[in-house]
Amino acid sequence: MNRPKVTEFKKAKHINDYPTGPGFQGGHLVDKNAGWRTFRPVIDKDACVNCLICYMICPDGTIYKSDDKVDIDYDFCKGCGVCANGCNVNAIKMVKEEL
Amino acid sequence: MDNTAIKKINAKNITDKEYFYGHKACAGCGGSLAVRQALKVLGDRSYSVLPAGCMAAVGFIYPQMAFNSNAVISMFPGSASMASGITAGNKALGVEDTHTVVFAGDGGTADIGLQALSGAIDRDDKLIYICYDNEAYMNTGIQKSGLTPFGTKTTTTPAGKNLPGSITEKKNLFEIVAAHDIKYAATASIGYINDFINKVNKAKQVDGTSFIHVYASCPTGWGTPTETSVEIAKEAVDCGLWYLAEYENGEFKLNRNPKEFKSIPEYIKKQGRFKHLTDDQIKHIEAARDKKWARIRKNWG
Repeated sequence: MNRPKVTEFKKAKHINDYPTGPGFQGGHLVDKNAGWRTFRPVIDKDACVNCLICYMICPDGTIYKSDDKVDIDYDFCKGCGVCANGCNVNAIKMVKEEL
Repeated sequence: MDNTAIKKINAKNITDKEYFYGHKACAGCGGSLAVRQALKVLGDRSYSVLPAGCMAAVGFIYPQMAFNSNAVISMFPGSASMASGITAGNKALGVEDTHTVVFAGDGGTADIGLQALSGAIDRDDKLIYICYDNEAYMNTGIQKSGLTPFGTKTTTTPAGKNLPGSITEKKNLFEIVAAHDIKYAATASIGYINDFINKVNKAKQVDGTSFIHVYASCPTGWGTPTETSVEIAKEAVDCGLWYLAEYENGEFKLNRNPKEFKSIPEYIKKQGRFKHLTDDQIKHIEAARDKKWARIRKNWG
């Protein structure tokens, strides 16, 4: 797996459930960042030329190479819009999130 | 160092693995982009050391751990010392083929962490020190640091009738580090991301201390829209307020020498932290830039 997955967080019931030192497992995620988003980036796959600029400049690393050019992991996208602004062919549109 | 033997890294051949994922940095954070790309270049067997600062605050929120490789938080002034210790420890245990990297902000490098960095370069320990420069102490709420340029509004240098924000110039950190006769030092910008990752890749091959000073925008502290953070870091280079250079084998090398600079007022007016500047003060910034570039072009060729 290229990216860590969200795991369910179990609240510690007993002192023994807490980590025994300052060390902790890497890539341990219990929470998504999707709720931060006001605008959602949507890739127009026909316009996309697969130059991978968005993949390189995403601060959160949520854009990944896929079978169909690139895709976005919406669980962790914060909707900053860096990808849409950096796209040279305007293949990424920022669409307002609907509740 | 033989530069021709180093294979260039680009979007096609960089690893698909993410080592800094699910962090809680502000949307559009430039520092997190620098950390993400640097860790991708360094790969699985890397040890990150982070002093108190944004990247430590957003990466290690219990029970989350955004770093997917080894990472540790250090004291503010001792991040380079801790990295030295990790390198020494790995050497003593016979653990080979690892990289130790420090990600410190501008305050943690140019002000608080400078003596530890100086010591590490003096000992020539094998570590990479990456300073992501967002030009103020952003984590604690935008206070002026040694790398804050003239005319910046911060909470400790408020702009008003009497003062134009910060009244001091940006400290020349790159040349301070180069003056140690370090093996490899470079400046970069997240606006030129390919240049940055290839500099990290070069630093990775150095047998000794290497230092990279990367210009990383901060939408929260700079008062810029989140979507422009990469664009603004590129513009800073294009208008001459930041430069891309390298120092190796005792010589400076300018990577990008723009024939014509983009307009400084245009760059400045996009940012909330510079909004109060008058025409005279902008002229002062332009004069300072021209003076600096005259010296750079004369000495570094």
